[in-house]
Amino acid sequence: MVAQILFLVITLAAIALFSFNFRKIIRNIRLGKSADRKDQPQKRLLTMLRVAFGQSKMVVRPIPAFLHFFVYIGFVIINIEVLEIMIDGLFGTHRVFHGIGGLYNFLIGSFEILALTVWISCAIFLVRRNILKLKRFKGVEMTNWPKSDANYILIVEILLMSVFLLMNAADAKLQLLGSTHYTVAGAFPVSQYLMNILPSSESALVMIERGCWWFHIIGILAFLNYLPYSKHFHILFAFPNTYFSNLEPKGEFTNMASVTNEVKAMLDPSFVPTETEAGKFGAKDATDLTWVNLMNAYTCTECGRCTAVCPANITGKLLSPRKIMMDTRDRITEIGKNIDKNGAEHQDGKALLDDYITREEIWACTSCNACVEACPVNIDPLQIITELRRYAVMEESQAPASINAMLGNIENNQAPWKYSPADRFNWANEN
Amino acid sequence: MEFKVPTMAELMAAGEEPEILFWVGCAGSYDERAQKITRDICKILHHVGIKYAVLGTEEGCTGDPAKRAGNEFLFQMQAMTNIEVLNAYNIKKIVTGCPHCFNTIKNEYPGLGGTYEVIHHTQLIQDLINEGKLKAEGGESFKGKKITYHDPCYLGRGNGVYEAPRKALEVLDAQLVEMKRCKSNGLCCGAGGAQMFKEPEKGKKDINVERIDEALETNPQVIAAGCPFCMTMLSDGVKLKDKEQEVKVLDIAEITVRANGL
Repeated sequence: MVAQILFLVITLAAIALFSFNFRKIIRNIRLGKSADRKDQPQKRLLTMLRVAFGQSKMVVRPIPAFLHFFVYIGFVIINIEVLEIMIDGLFGTHRVFHGIGGLYNFLIGSFEILALTVWISCAIFLVRRNILKLKRFKGVEMTNWPKSDANYILIVEILLMSVFLLMNAADAKLQLLGSTHYTVAGAFPVSQYLMNILPSSESALVMIERGCWWFHIIGILAFLNYLPYSKHFHILFAFPNTYFSNLEPKGEFTNMASVTNEVKAMLDPSFVPTETEAGKFGAKDATDLTWVNLMNAYTCTECGRCTAVCPANITGKLLSPRKIMMDTRDRITEIGKNIDKNGAEHQDGKALLDDYITREEIWACTSCNACVEACPVNIDPLQIITELRRYAVMEESQAPASINAMLGNIENNQAPWKYSPADRFNWANEN
Repeated sequence: MEFKVPTMAELMAAGEEPEILFWVGCAGSYDERAQKITRDICKILHHVGIKYAVLGTEEGCTGDPAKRAGNEFLFQMQAMTNIEVLNAYNIKKIVTGCPHCFNTIKNEYPGLGGTYEVIHHTQLIQDLINEGKLKAEGGESFKGKKITYHDPCYLGRGNGVYEAPRKALEVLDAQLVEMKRCKSNGLCCGAGGAQMFKEPEKGKKDINVERIDEALETNPQVIAAGCPFCMTMLSDGVKLKDKEQEVKVLDIAEITVRANGL
């Protein structure tokens, strides 16, 4: 009874803390400007099913795709086991689902195999990051915290899988001993090999089994609460992020309605402007971006596929699309913390542009969309870069001199070069 | 040119309407290398007998480089001015030799009141081949030649056009080889996003050199392009590598014109 109450208290506390932090992230995302992503619900649903559930963009890199698939499928399916753990914990039962018979053995057996593949995959991931030191996991933005974050996640997953298998091994051995309370149920294709390393005394086995059970469930609840602080948040946000992702051709940039009003008024004095959101042109700070940009930032798991294909980054420029996303997330989180501490009106004198992302980075972008194409969860760093450029050009008139010259030429000559518009058709006079 | 390139103003004066408007673009109008491609597109249109016209001096920059650089004002000024001209001529269908113009007119003009069917010249060439109006006969033979095609970002990733340019090359019976990074994974030439008009930020290497290194790995005789900016970047790269004698950078329109002896 004490155990059941303790379990209930821990579970409720964990869920409460998680929803508190989760709501903060949602609040932060809502600090962004509006963007309409409610159209074409069917196409959106299909995109989510294909890209997030189906992992369709992972296959470009087959080795990590294969390993990630095991971890993903393990995560989804082993959660069925967590449901049983929850019920057992609350009602003091043991393996409450065992009544379903053969299917139960099949399920437990599958969980064990999945747990082993998750274990192996995570171990290989650790090797790739820390021993092979793959280039994709390096870069200016990959400072101590992002590196540790990745390792913590992998180590915790390995620990959770280890105790899960150890728990089953102890359980299987107790079942063989005919221990009361340990109903004969389940199949143990993996953990049967661990039975030999366990002691044979019943009380020791019960201690190990219970110890692992508590470690497993408390570990899962603790991990849940780690998510809001971690890049691992993508396991939740990959789904809404793909659902709300851009469905238009990648080459299309948004037309700014606020500018349309002004340009129409300039060209036609009788024009009556439509209602648009007032404010500055482009983005200086994270709150000038749309909620979609901010959700993108919280979804990023820092895998670096974007940076690995970025032509600017490949050729040694400062720009890294992954850094754009991480900076955006760090900045909006900082703004959120400021609001919590000092109220909504507080200004800390900092901004996303210059304090986080430099001009050199935004001007190195070729807008080639390679980063957008590469992202396995449809994050769009290009939109953020464009918004920062819009601010630099339209609010500050601060662009590289040659860009200003090009803009001047378009204004004066209808072409980005200094040629006379009268000569535009001269090409037809030559051979 | 051996024939006169018709303008919209002339057609309008004669009370006629073209089947398709050829949007030349700034590079196609002023850049010497791109002008050749422009004339070749006209040769193809003339050869197959499509009724077409150009805007001539009435055309102005689509606003693409201004928009990518962040100047939405200038972009929309250009766009609305162009849309006014296009709508006044009752234009329905547009072909262009520039993926940047293609993307801008196709995707960004409709929201500002300019809705047209827009195709890239490689799509036109593919259609003409499919209809049997264009073959690869009567001119230079590309049979067995090694050709590698560089995907322009705003045609490929930007708008998902990967097949048309390749189909236009398949008809040549040449040996098509893909670069390591191609199609949706293609590497930019380095000119997009208004980079064409500025010096690159400091780094280890220029993007076009990175791309040319990759293209040369395929040992091509021809690097095929479909964008005037890519043309500049790739040609500069080949020049820098001192490979101008062995490797030609040609637009798909030029290849088509040569293969058909137009």
